[in-house]
Amino acid sequence: MVLLTAGIYPLLIAGISKLAPGKGDGVTVTNKGKVVGYANVGQQFTDDKYFQGRPSAVGYNAAGSGGSNKGPSNGDYLKVVQERIDTFLAHNPGVKKENIPAELVTASGSGLDPHLSPAAALLQVPRIAKLRNLPENKLNELVKENTKGPLLGMFGPSTVNVLRLNIALDNL
Amino acid sequence: MNTELLGVIATYALTLIIAIPLGRYIAKVFKGEKTWMDFLAPLERLIYRISGINPKEEMNWKQHLKALLTINLIWFVYGFFLLIFQDKLPLNPDGNPAQTPDLAFNTVISFLVNCNLQHYSGESGLTYLTQLFVITFLQFLSAATGIAALIVVFKALKDKTVTQLGNFWEFFVKTNTRLLLPVCLVIALILSFNGTPASYAGKDAIVTMQGDTVGVSRGPAASMIAIKHLGTNGGGWFGANSIHPLENPNYLTNMTEAIAQTIIPVAMIFALGFFIRRKKFAYVIFGVMTAGMLLLLIPTIIQETGGNPAIARMGILQSTGAMEGKEVRFGPTATAYWSTITTIISTGSINGFHDSTMPLTGMMQLVAMMTNCFYGGCGVGILNYFVFIIIAVFISGLMVGRTPEFMGHKVEAREVKIAALVALLHPFLILAGTALSSFAVAHGWGAGWATPPGNWLNNPGYHGFSEMLYEYTSAAANNGSGFEGLTDNNIFWNVSTGFVLILSRFLPIIGPVAIAGLLAQKKYIPGSAGTLKTDTATFGVMTFAVIVIIAALAFFPSLALGPIAEYFSLY
Repeated sequence: MVLLTAGIYPLLIAGISKLAPGKGDGVTVTNKGKVVGYANVGQQFTDDKYFQGRPSAVGYNAAGSGGSNKGPSNGDYLKVVQERIDTFLAHNPGVKKENIPAELVTASGSGLDPHLSPAAALLQVPRIAKLRNLPENKLNELVKENTKGPLLGMFGPSTVNVLRLNIALDNL
Repeated sequence: MNTELLGVIATYALTLIIAIPLGRYIAKVFKGEKTWMDFLAPLERLIYRISGINPKEEMNWKQHLKALLTINLIWFVYGFFLLIFQDKLPLNPDGNPAQTPDLAFNTVISFLVNCNLQHYSGESGLTYLTQLFVITFLQFLSAATGIAALIVVFKALKDKTVTQLGNFWEFFVKTNTRLLLPVCLVIALILSFNGTPASYAGKDAIVTMQGDTVGVSRGPAASMIAIKHLGTNGGGWFGANSIHPLENPNYLTNMTEAIAQTIIPVAMIFALGFFIRRKKFAYVIFGVMTAGMLLLLIPTIIQETGGNPAIARMGILQSTGAMEGKEVRFGPTATAYWSTITTIISTGSINGFHDSTMPLTGMMQLVAMMTNCFYGGCGVGILNYFVFIIIAVFISGLMVGRTPEFMGHKVEAREVKIAALVALLHPFLILAGTALSSFAVAHGWGAGWATPPGNWLNNPGYHGFSEMLYEYTSAAANNGSGFEGLTDNNIFWNVSTGFVLILSRFLPIIGPVAIAGLLAQKKYIPGSAGTLKTDTATFGVMTFAVIVIIAALAFFPSLALGPIAEYFSLY
């Protein structure tokens, strides 16, 4: 039984997965011939010229993973959220507070969330357009192109992969 | 209707569509009827021959339990030693260290009892060898143990008067070869073709777009994630479990994993109906369990999509719900659904951190584990429910003034005593454990320990109390999820939850098997007009009432101190 469940079965899966995208090693993303990351693993963007992902409790280092585990009523935690709101408003003048989606000021569960909602990406467009001297509607288009709709158009939320969006942004 | 809610409804609908035929198939396999999987018979004969088993040898209920407990003891020793020597063994590409004896004790018991407390993080606390040969292996075998024990009960309920209840090893081997392995193969491939790692390559190092150097942990994860859900164990490859974007890359894999953990528990209910040829009895059980699930699920979805009121007060609208500890690709609705099924079904895997959910959601998760029988884990869910049925039969018998009977056998003092003991054990272990740890925290106990109790909690006040209550509830329900802010990798938590785990796994298996075995030996009394009918809606409501009363009376005070108090402080 040991051999069957812990030996043969995972080897079989690993073997068949050689045919899968990424050959079972995980799917990587390349930019200009260089591997810049994994498609499903988020990374940190601190520069205002890029779209920025969600706060992370592990600094986006995928050697580990984890969330903040802060309870909803924790006072210290709520102070951190307030600071994130203030920081975001300072970097994005003109944005109204009530338009900030919750995911931009709360840490993800894995600390490696690769996605934003389309609204959270669109909110950053004016800032990036100004810093890069690009027209806003061109960036809005770019976000739309990089938005993945619900599964089969019916199930689940729409998402934007931040890494792919930023690669596309650099290649404009 | 929004796409997130639609996704959850589709997930549940698909579960039922798969579970009903699967239940029919399971009943056929264990009745020994022909199925299309019969080509596996030579493989099974080979396993029997190597292990020196005679699958035709009939056992009574005591022999079944002896076989079950013996084999579990052997696995305990085997797993413990692999874990404390894992740094010296092969398949350790990341050079991870050995586990300390107390952590290894907790880890091996945890997986032996189909739980996944995981006081370590998969990326650094295990090697590929122990992930496969201890964790994955036990995820198969602990699920098969639960199912085999349930089949013994099925056998006992099926026949009129019987002492011979089939062969434990046959049930056990067939559960693996005919049920778990084939379904896992499909699930694992869905995962790996959607981006979950499946190869034996070690940790990768990459330079990100803005020039940071970070690691990316990998490994043969897909095969383990499949059985972790199908076997309702829940122990993740990565520390963040199914929140991790490699463990659960997109909405399709999220649906797959959510369905995988629900199908066997639901299918077993239908299998019961087909096996003992009382379909109506199974439908009543299914109805009660589903009602219980919905009562927990609906408030959870409302709470999570509503967002955190404290953040709302800062002026953030939270149109996407409460997002702390959640992932954008699942959204709060799918995470709420998962948090309900993973706690009713004793899976304990997560796709969003429970510690950061709203207070009432936390209460729903706790209540789900305190009742622990709405669907429930692989096999053991129905065993837990069976205990409540016996109590309901007894109370109903008293109410109408007749000798209680179940399936044509008299239920007498001995059976009711066993049922009552098993039902009371659960609250006893949870409340005694929480009381002990709260005492340690409140009285500054063990200030000289490596991790003094003052540093255990990640959140102050009511929520901190909930963290401790959750840990013991999770251990006693063999669930494995946690309010993970708790600092639990130290001797106090490793050892105390280890003992809670053992007691709350094996006694609730021994109890129902013993009751069923004892009942089956008794003389069969044909049903008459005066017999209490157990396949009616009335009896279903009665059982539900028993469950609610036991859970509510025993646990309400502790819930009032934790999540309910936090709710009123927040709203």
